Parts: sequence; structure tokens; C-alpha cells
Amino acid sequence: MRQRNRGKGMTPMIMIRTLMVAAIVGLVGVTGAAASGSTAEKPIHGHWHFAGPFGTYDKDALQRGYQVYETVCSSCHGLEQVSFRNLGQKGGPFHLDSCPAGIPDTVDCANPNQNPVVKALAAQYRFQVADGPDDSGDMFERAAMPSDRIPGPFANEVIARLANNNALPPDLSLITKARHHGPDYVYSLLVGYEETPATVEVSPGQYYNPYFHGDMSQALRTEFLDENGHAHEGVEIPIGGVLAMAPPLSDGMIEYGDGSPATVEQYAADVTEFLMWAAEPKLEARKSLGVMSLIYLVILAGLLYWSYRKVWSDQH
Amino acid sequence: MSHPSTYKPASGFDKWLDDRLPIVRLAHDSFVDFPTPKNLNYWYTFGGILAICLVIQIITGVILAMHYVPHTSMAFDSVEHIMRDVNYGWLMRYVHANGGSMFFLAVYIHMFRGVYYGSYKEPREVLWMLGVVIYLLMMATAFMGYVLPWGQMSYWGATVITNLFSAIPLVGEDIRTLLWGGFSVDNPTLNRFYSLHYLLPFAIAGVVMLHIWALHIPGNANPTGVEVKDVKKDTVPFHPYYTVKDSFAIVVFLILFAAFVFFNPNGLGHPDNYIEANPLATPASIVPEWYYLPFYAILRAITFDIGPISSKLGGVMAMFGSILVLFVLPWLDTSKVRSMRYRPAAKMFFFIFIAACLVLGYLGGKPAEGSYVFYAQIATAYYFSFFLIILPLLGFMETPKPLPRSIAESVLKTPKAGDATTAGAHNAPAQ
Repeated sequence: MRQRNRGKGMTPMIMIRTLMVAAIVGLVGVTGAAASGSTAEKPIHGHWHFAGPFGTYDKDALQRGYQVYETVCSSCHGLEQVSFRNLGQKGGPFHLDSCPAGIPDTVDCANPNQNPVVKALAAQYRFQVADGPDDSGDMFERAAMPSDRIPGPFANEVIARLANNNALPPDLSLITKARHHGPDYVYSLLVGYEETPATVEVSPGQYYNPYFHGDMSQALRTEFLDENGHAHEGVEIPIGGVLAMAPPLSDGMIEYGDGSPATVEQYAADVTEFLMWAAEPKLEARKSLGVMSLIYLVILAGLLYWSYRKVWSDQH
Repeated sequence: MSHPSTYKPASGFDKWLDDRLPIVRLAHDSFVDFPTPKNLNYWYTFGGILAICLVIQIITGVILAMHYVPHTSMAFDSVEHIMRDVNYGWLMRYVHANGGSMFFLAVYIHMFRGVYYGSYKEPREVLWMLGVVIYLLMMATAFMGYVLPWGQMSYWGATVITNLFSAIPLVGEDIRTLLWGGFSVDNPTLNRFYSLHYLLPFAIAGVVMLHIWALHIPGNANPTGVEVKDVKKDTVPFHPYYTVKDSFAIVVFLILFAAFVFFNPNGLGHPDNYIEANPLATPASIVPEWYYLPFYAILRAITFDIGPISSKLGGVMAMFGSILVLFVLPWLDTSKVRSMRYRPAAKMFFFIFIAACLVLGYLGGKPAEGSYVFYAQIATAYYFSFFLIILPLLGFMETPKPLPRSIAESVLKTPKAGDATTAGAHNAPAQ
């Protein structure tokens, strides 16, 4: 009797399993065809020095990236979460373990606030910081110090928009974490500008970039549209979108002190490395602690498993 | 299970304390000498894992609260301050943020285990219902916690979810105003969410104690669903047998936890939450955290009016109903057999139920358009059918396999019970 019942149970089971498989296959097939208005090219996958469980920042790239940020990006983009002192912290672009020759013994260069490079970078920065009130009650501007946040280009959003064709340049402190595949995206956007495709019309002050999310079907030239506003058959709608940032980098615009190539690709890779550091300055500490923690936990798990077998060995 | 106390005070002080506050006796009888079925498998270790999750969340949360500022103009920056300037602040925040996900992962496994082995059945109905209360409190706590960093997804998630309450007839608008503390999601909202986010975990801890109390009256259920018949043969003392087994499982779980915290700390989050909240800019898609996605899919699956019930209210009712139905699960499941190991048909429907939940989770992360909605409707229909139609009917229609006579017999795998015990595909009885 037992056997018979079980035999009976098999048929609906197989049937329902088959239905399930069919449902899943159908689901995958249909969702693949679902339309979406906004498109963008998949970012170029970079081989970043900071990737992987043992990844660290390439300090030279960080320094070059800072140079790119200061020379180019900082004209429009702030870095409000980052202070100059961060540049000299362990893992930062300008950290020093010990002082270079010629610095008095009283200076502790490992301390970011005394780091001579960081002090010079702050003092010579292109923007000053607002301070005050002074003894007579007035606000004033002064040169930055290591303890200051890196000053941004615009005093407020209104001024920023007035200066940028009503677009607001985003702060870059967290940009590599605030986008899907952040570092790849930032790099791709910087190197990815293309000529505007012939099928679309882009208003002045707007620039086409296949890696920027957008819906180019809205920008199709009228000769490619039928009376209902739909694209003619065979007209390909370009992937990507338009943004208010002109291509910011060009070959040779920055001269590197270390002889690295003065190319858009090199600039973009360096500034991406720097911006990743700006977003995640504790990445190196995190990964090295992670490796130690995992080793510890795996050993502990092994010991506990052995104890478990030992304790349970009398239960048979 | 309830059992005579075996605690013997070891010293004069122990005896003195035991006469006044028998707390050591309570701990001894609950966690040392507590008789526990000897056939619990690894699915039964998630209770202990969840206790650890709660402790981790409370400790990291209390430390984060020392540095966080609950104000719309400072919350986002204070979180970055924690990440950058507080010693090991990045560790506390990443553990806390990923801890939420780990907590839900563990609770879902714990709940599915309860359903599969029929753990909610007599005499453990109250134990199960307390678990549902804990789960509801977890949902509320996690939702309010996600608002605190005041990123784009925090703000817009809060806006979407609080707006749901306005669908309730008559009092809905007032409830929403009360949740907001004003007329939109703003500083008062952030303040009350912060206050409640700090309060509710302690409420959870309180209900967890009731949950453990309710567990220790009938004692653990077990994969066979057969009650303990002979304490000597069927059970082992909780310590050291299950302290060591649970410890091993907890550490394995912590390996997964650590892998996320240290090597992919933002993998379960949404990049938009690294953009400060902006009431004037709606994100391209508003997506809740992964652990809400199945319910979000159910909410959006109701796209049609049902008589006087608008689609919005219908969605809200379906979403809350999908959790509230769990409260009456002990009475919906009519089968006399506890464990689905001996219920071939129920087992099959259970795995389809898991598939439906996963499909709902996938669809919850997709835009509510086209075929996505259709599939969400089918999966939602199955979700409710499983509880409201399949489990009630199956108890009468299905012929279960024979049960082992006792836990001891199932562990020893005697030839007589062989075909029953070997049928359970999952269990490797600890031995």
C-alpha cells in the first residue's frame, strides 16, 4: 500500500516540475524583451590596482590623479568630503613614513597636519577658504591649511548653475560609489565622448556620450520621424545620452612629473584611481583586516568542527 | 522542554543567590542541561545565528549612534564622518549595514525551515506567532534604519512606503501625517525614525526572550516531527552537544558575513544612497533593499480595482496580508503530520513556494511594467494559494509516508524504518 501511494505521487510531481521549468524559461525569455527608455553603453571593465581582496592603491597613480583633479576637474566639481590632511594619511596619495632630507627633527612628517607636501598643496590651492568672523566681525578668505576641507569652485548651487548652463556639476567625493560599477563608469565616461551621431540633434552646450544614461530617441532629427513621432524603420537610436560637461580631457593638457604618458586614457585612469581613494580612503585597511579576519575565522571554524565531531562521537 | 531542574549550586554564594534570584538555575536549565532532540540538522542552527545577528546589530548600532547626527542637513555628512574620521567607523558602519542583510538572510532560512518541518504546529503555535512578531519588528526597524543615512534611496524609499499608509480608508491620511510629523518626509520624519530605530531592537530582544521561553516549554521540534518519547534515548543535553554545533555554524555564517563586510561592503546596497537626499530629484527607479523585494512585487502586482477597493489599497492589503497570513498558518495547515519529510505532495508545493518567493524577489527589483506585472500576479496568486488553499486541503487529501516510531529510531536507521528515514533528502542526522 505504501508503494502504491508513492507511485501515485510521482506523476503530478514530475508534471509540476515541468511546469516550473517552463515558467522559468518563459520568464527569462519575456523579460529579455522588455523595453526600457533609458540606455547606456556597458562601462569598459578596467583592471584596477585596488580591485580584488588584496588590492591596494597605486600611490603614483593617486598623486597623478590628484594633479588631474586639481588642474581640470576642480574648476567645476567639488570634493567636499575630503580634507587636505586626508591626502597625507596612511594610504593617501602624499603620505610620508619619514621626513625627506632637510626637514628639521621637530617635524613629524607621518602626521598629516605636519606633512610638508600636504601643507604646500593646501597653501597653494587654486581656491581659498572662507573664514571668520575676524576681530572686526568681517568674514575673510585665507589660504587653506591641512585641516581644511578642499574648497570647492562655487559658493552655492545657484552660482554653480549660473556658471554651467543651468547644470549642476556633482560633488566627486563619492562619485565612484554613487554609480553602478563606479570606477569603470567614471573612466568610461571620461574617455568615451564621441561625435554626435548624424541621426540626432543635440542642443548647444550638450555633449553626446554613449556611457551616460539617457534616451536619445527624444533627440532624433525630425526627418527620421514619422507623423506620430516614432522613428522610421531602420533608423538606429544611438545608445547613451547627453550631458552638459564638455569632454574635459585632451592629450597633452597636463604634464606629469614622472614621465607617464600625457594621454586622455592615462589621465582618466589616474583620476579614477584618485576618486576611488577619495570615496573609500580606508580601502587598504579594510582589505588587510579582512584577510586576517577570514584566516582567523576559517581556523576557528576548523577547530570548532573538530570539536563538534569529538563531542558527538559518543552518539551513534 | 520543561524538565526537572538539575542545577546544584556549587558554592555558598551560588546557594545564597539561588534562594533569592534563581537566575543561574534558569540559565543552567535553559542552555546547559536542556534536553534537545539529537537529530537536529544544520537548518536548526539559524536560531542561534539570529541571536548573534541581533547582538551584532545592537552593539554596532549603539556605537554608530554616538557619532551619527539625525538632522536632514547633517545626517549624510555625519555618516561620511563615521566612514572617514572615526576610528574603525568604516568597520562599524559596514558591519551594521551588511548585518541587516545577513539578519534577513538568516531569518528567511529560519522561517522556511519552520514551514518545511511544520514547526508551527501544536503545541508551538505561540512560539511561531512570536516569531512572526519579531519578523514584523525587524521589517520596521530595518526600514527606518535605511532612512537614516539620508541618501537618495533613503529619502525616496521613505516617501514611497509612508505614502502607502494613505491608502487606508478614513484614517490613512492622518496616519501618514503622523508618520511624517508634518506634510512631507522631512526633519521630523528623520528624528522619529531615528528614535524608533533605536527603540525597536530592544523590543525585538524582549520578544526574542518570549520566543525562547515559548520554545523551552514544549522543547525543540525536530526534522522527523515526532515528539520526544524517551528523554534518555531521544535527546542530548544542549551543552556541549548543541553549543558546539551551533558555534561551528555561527562561525561559518560569520565567514560569509565577513566576506561581504571586507570585500564587497556595498554589493548589497544601492549606489544612489551615496547621493545625498534631494526632494527635487527623483531617482530613475526606486528600489527597496533586497529583503523587501518579494513584498514590493506583491504590492505592485495588484494593478486592478476590486469592487470598492482601489488598486493602491488592494496592493497595500495584499502586501500586509502576505505577512499577516503567517499568523494563522498553524490553523491553515490541517495535516496531522508535522514534517514535510513525510508529506511528498506538501514538499513539492513547498519548493514551488520557495521558487515563487524568489521569482517575486526578482520581479520586485524590476520596473512594474509589461510582463513583469503579469508574472508577479501569478507568483502572488501562488503565494496566497499555498497558505489559503493548498495547505488547508492537502491535510485531507494527501497520504503521508509512515513516520519513524521515535527520534532514536530515525537516527539509528533500523531496517524497519529505513525507507522512511532515508527518504528525507536533506538530513544528515548529526552523529
